[in-house]
Amino acid sequence: MKDDPRITGATHDSLIHDSAIKHVTGRAEYTDDITEPAGTLHAYIGGAGIAHGRITTLDLAPVRSAPGVVAVLTASDIPGRNDISPTGLSDEPIFTDSLVQFHGQPIFAVVAKTRDLARRACSLAKITYAALPHASDIDAAEAADYPDVTAPLKLERGDVAPALAAAPHRIKGRMRVGGQDHMYLEGQIAMAIPGEDDEVTVFASTQHPSEAQHMVAHALGVPANAVVVNVRRMGGGFGGKETQMNLFCAVAALAAKQLGRAVKLRPDRDQDMEITGKRHDFRIDYDLGFDDQGRILAVDGLFAARCGWSSDLSGPVTDRALFHADNAYYYPDVRLRSRPLKTNTVSNTAFRGFGGPQGVIAAERMIEEVAYALGRDPLEIRRANFYREGGDITPYHQRVEDNILNRLVDELEASSDYQARRARVLEFNAQGGVIRKGIALTPVKFGISFTATWYNQAGALVHVYNDGSIHLNHGGTEMGQGLYTKVAQVVAEAFQVDIDRIKITKTTTEKVPNTSATAASSGSDLNGMAALDACNQIKARIVDFAAQHWKVAPESVVFLPGRVAVGAQVIPFEELIHAAYMARVQLSAAGFYKTPEIHWDRAAGRGQPFYYFAYGAACAEVSIDTLTGETRVDRADVLHDVGRSLNPALDLGQVEGAFVQGMGWLTSEELWWDEKGRLRTHAPSTYKIPLASDRPRIFNVKLAEWSENVKPTIKRSKAVGEPPFMLPICVFEAIGMAVASVADYRECPRLDAPATPERVLMAVERLRG
Amino acid sequence: MTRTEIRFLLNDRIVTRAEIAAHDMVLDYLRLDQRLRGTKEGCAEGDCGACTVLVGRLAPEGLVYEPVNACIRPLATLDGCHVVTIEHLRGHDGALHPVQRAMVEHHASQCGFCTPGFVMALYALWMQTPHPTEPQIERALQGNLCRCTGYAPIIRAALAMGDHGTSDPLLEERAKVTAKLHALRDGARVDVSKGDSRAILPASADDLAEVLAEHPQARIVAGATDVGLWVTKFLRDLPLAVMIAHLDELRVISERDDALQIGAMVSYTQAHGPLARAFPHMASYWDRIAGWQVRAMGTLGGNIANGSPIGDTPPPLIALGARLVLRRKDERRVLPLEDFFMDYGKQDLRAGEFVESILLPKPAPNTRHAAYKLSKRRDEDISAVAAGFAVTIEDNIITAARLAFGGMAATPKRAAQAEAALTGQPFTEASFRHAMAALPEDFTPLSDMRASAAYRMRAAQNLLLRFWLEAEGQPASLEDVA
Repeated sequence: MKDDPRITGATHDSLIHDSAIKHVTGRAEYTDDITEPAGTLHAYIGGAGIAHGRITTLDLAPVRSAPGVVAVLTASDIPGRNDISPTGLSDEPIFTDSLVQFHGQPIFAVVAKTRDLARRACSLAKITYAALPHASDIDAAEAADYPDVTAPLKLERGDVAPALAAAPHRIKGRMRVGGQDHMYLEGQIAMAIPGEDDEVTVFASTQHPSEAQHMVAHALGVPANAVVVNVRRMGGGFGGKETQMNLFCAVAALAAKQLGRAVKLRPDRDQDMEITGKRHDFRIDYDLGFDDQGRILAVDGLFAARCGWSSDLSGPVTDRALFHADNAYYYPDVRLRSRPLKTNTVSNTAFRGFGGPQGVIAAERMIEEVAYALGRDPLEIRRANFYREGGDITPYHQRVEDNILNRLVDELEASSDYQARRARVLEFNAQGGVIRKGIALTPVKFGISFTATWYNQAGALVHVYNDGSIHLNHGGTEMGQGLYTKVAQVVAEAFQVDIDRIKITKTTTEKVPNTSATAASSGSDLNGMAALDACNQIKARIVDFAAQHWKVAPESVVFLPGRVAVGAQVIPFEELIHAAYMARVQLSAAGFYKTPEIHWDRAAGRGQPFYYFAYGAACAEVSIDTLTGETRVDRADVLHDVGRSLNPALDLGQVEGAFVQGMGWLTSEELWWDEKGRLRTHAPSTYKIPLASDRPRIFNVKLAEWSENVKPTIKRSKAVGEPPFMLPICVFEAIGMAVASVADYRECPRLDAPATPERVLMAVERLRG
Repeated sequence: MTRTEIRFLLNDRIVTRAEIAAHDMVLDYLRLDQRLRGTKEGCAEGDCGACTVLVGRLAPEGLVYEPVNACIRPLATLDGCHVVTIEHLRGHDGALHPVQRAMVEHHASQCGFCTPGFVMALYALWMQTPHPTEPQIERALQGNLCRCTGYAPIIRAALAMGDHGTSDPLLEERAKVTAKLHALRDGARVDVSKGDSRAILPASADDLAEVLAEHPQARIVAGATDVGLWVTKFLRDLPLAVMIAHLDELRVISERDDALQIGAMVSYTQAHGPLARAFPHMASYWDRIAGWQVRAMGTLGGNIANGSPIGDTPPPLIALGARLVLRRKDERRVLPLEDFFMDYGKQDLRAGEFVESILLPKPAPNTRHAAYKLSKRRDEDISAVAAGFAVTIEDNIITAARLAFGGMAATPKRAAQAEAALTGQPFTEASFRHAMAALPEDFTPLSDMRASAAYRMRAAQNLLLRFWLEAEGQPASLEDVA
């Protein structure tokens, strides 16, 4: 029996990531590291050489006869449905056989003895096209009268037209916000191993094994029960592996079943970036009414998004942009509309925040407009418009009941010394030098729950073996966020055992069915609760058994650290488990959870789509070079709300990481298509995510330790994956302030994102007139 | 003497291998052939660092370990080297290495895919500097991308790694490793091939001259930081490659009375110290060339001979009046660096000729120098505009101006009209404004993914203004302001 009264790895402890030691020793196994079955073949995808048009001839004979090639697959080799549209719109063929809708669109796959030979063979295809005019971006798509890829959304409350007309001040403006590539360090990958009859097992780097399972089943024309999808860990996901790996899973599985051999498919980085979706870029038109005090009276916003060639998740992404176009602010009269535009580019998809960041940045731009128009500190305007405690109504008619922004912002304003530093920045800029500074403090309010309400469910499977060791499995996937660790902590806490007694196991569709994507920041909320449910079922059986066996009241059976009190006696955990086993107690349980209270009527634009909100605030100070547009983040201070943290170290890591990732989105990460509709920023040599030297020179990140979720979530924690991604909007606004200084802050800088040196310099020149 | 196999030390064992194509890279060898899968492929272009391994080589000063990108490092060039992968890293008694312990303790991995690369880069730093400063850490990590952590915990780990220990088995075995590598040296030319691809590693500079005389069509491969991408990105074949980065005679830096002479195979890393001592303005510019892994592999001669219009070294070297020593057999000719670049992709390099060294004349008196680079991301990015300026001022009159730009034309090029606008004029802002106005006569830059033509022109003009302002002691770049 232990002397230490506490278990190791309890909830709320800053436990290390369960794979940390494997990470640093290179022993963590990713999909490409799994030992391949003998005779494994390698597939590679051949894509279209134009952005839009029809295939007129397709000659794959040279590919077939290339060295090492075993097979070439096209649309006609698909026994089931040639479609992997995740929302059932049937608009996303695996291989196209006629219409090309974006540059690089998959047309065929080659299977060869080695990956190198497969790659080389791909380039030998002879394809001719009848080109059609293409539209790469929002403006071009609009000009060409392109359709929406999915039904737009309207959120409306009050009557915006008269409210705008009556407002003392009115500003119309436009903002462009760029997209973002996920640039997960581990690219897309799938390895399929054929089984007997209709069976196939796929190992893939996926955030959504159940969807991959269903897509593979559809493509093969077999029931879902024939397909197993496994993932132990991903080398980063960020939303880029929610639907985007379906293609690779389907192609690997097709090849594996057709050839009766294991087949691995791993695109190179360029193809990965050319043919998988990204964060949507947006063009936002706003019409804004406000009063002399800076209170917003009415907002009319139109959010046009570059969705790419198919719908993918563009519907829910553009919906979430509207859901967050208020950010932290109450709009008395409001109308928000989305325009999910089709374009001849890669089909854009989920990315951390899922449209939310593009909504939030629009809200913050409107705050800037008001502040510059009235000559006030934007922070004052923010405060004047915060949702009031007591429950203002959002544009989607949900009451905001858990608002903690005033306290967060007050604390951050003090801890970051915002007022004194702002005064110093103004003084510095008054000297009129080449280098200018800016400072901004921005809040975040982010709605937690999938807006697809049925996604808010999860399952877990917990086995307690008769030696007292525990096997944990759930439907969530591990992409670095520490979900496996957090859920294991929940289980350790539930049984009061040290965490090393718990074996964390790979996610597999064999153990927990019908799972949702590990997305929408929901991993711990959903899977933690499902695992707890499984633990509680087993515990209840153990309690019943112990109470009967030792003839004590059930209330007197109490799980203590490493042991269980049964009336007056204390029994080591493993002894009790063994006794329960001998008494034929079932020591395994499937847990389940569904988020309560939420509902959403999309057609009406009304409901309670979110179970709760997560909040945060950040303050950044930057310097810019007005000769070159170069920028530097001198300091950032963050105060973020994760409720009662399940693991403060991991949560802090999420906040720090999201901040820098969000900075990248808003500064150096730029997607650039050429006039032929080819993405030319398709590798880290041309697409620039932040480096260590880009992180804020001073970076103070804190969790709001006093916060506790008002809703009964897992241990009163809050979701953490996405909300902090929006914190670095303060960096973007601080850059804007530095730009605005060249015109003495008389004019809203109206900076578009990302604020590359070029955009910053051009904005400086524009403001200088 | 010719040897038809390469021999090197892989972690703790000697490997010999005969069948090697010029385009075989270390990463695939490790992962596919040796099944050492701790080393990851993130980009296969030397930009992300996930494939970082250490390569130890016997330099004249002793055994030197440097981090390299295994993805673009030709396998043939490992001859005589010690390759250390993440699997070989350990502390005493097989426990975690100090670098690994610090990484774990500071929660410095999330998804973990980049982590082996970070550990190896930090390991290289720890070997040199167990207790580094933040700027040293940032420089060491310029070639490593992490998408999860935001880097802060990695920096904290790096600051703490020395506290977990300053020695490890590998350091303690230096003498043994040195002896093993010495034993592998036989002074032979290495000639290996696989299929129709062949790689030759000449035994010496003279041998190189002979090999090239014999095979004038051969592709010279220096640090392979560009050629590596031809292979991994464009699947180009290398029928015959002559790999020369190992040639110590071409890695010599000598300080002559009139000039600094830099051997063509001097790496960016190796050049940093002497260059910064002779030309202090080059120090911070040099730090922004690529990441450590590429700086350890890439060479000055390679960067120049490659002829890229956006190479980092030509603009500041042209401004310094660099001259190139070209050699064919025993003939040498010397030409101004700017004359070497004839047109896009076309250099004044004759068949069988190679770049032997670069001569940098001692700075002229009364001359102000500057080297500037503009890119979307500050570090490890290809420049949108690069500039090197040397302006000689006597009695407040500009008597000479060398203004060289990269990213503004099809080759690195001097701005003749802007130079003319300055020369003979007083050293005043007005003169620089005239030079700025003249710049559009010199250049018609392109728009591409790095910058628009308008930005390139405006920013290039403004760099002239920056030069003037900095000469006047005014803060005119981010480095000038805390």
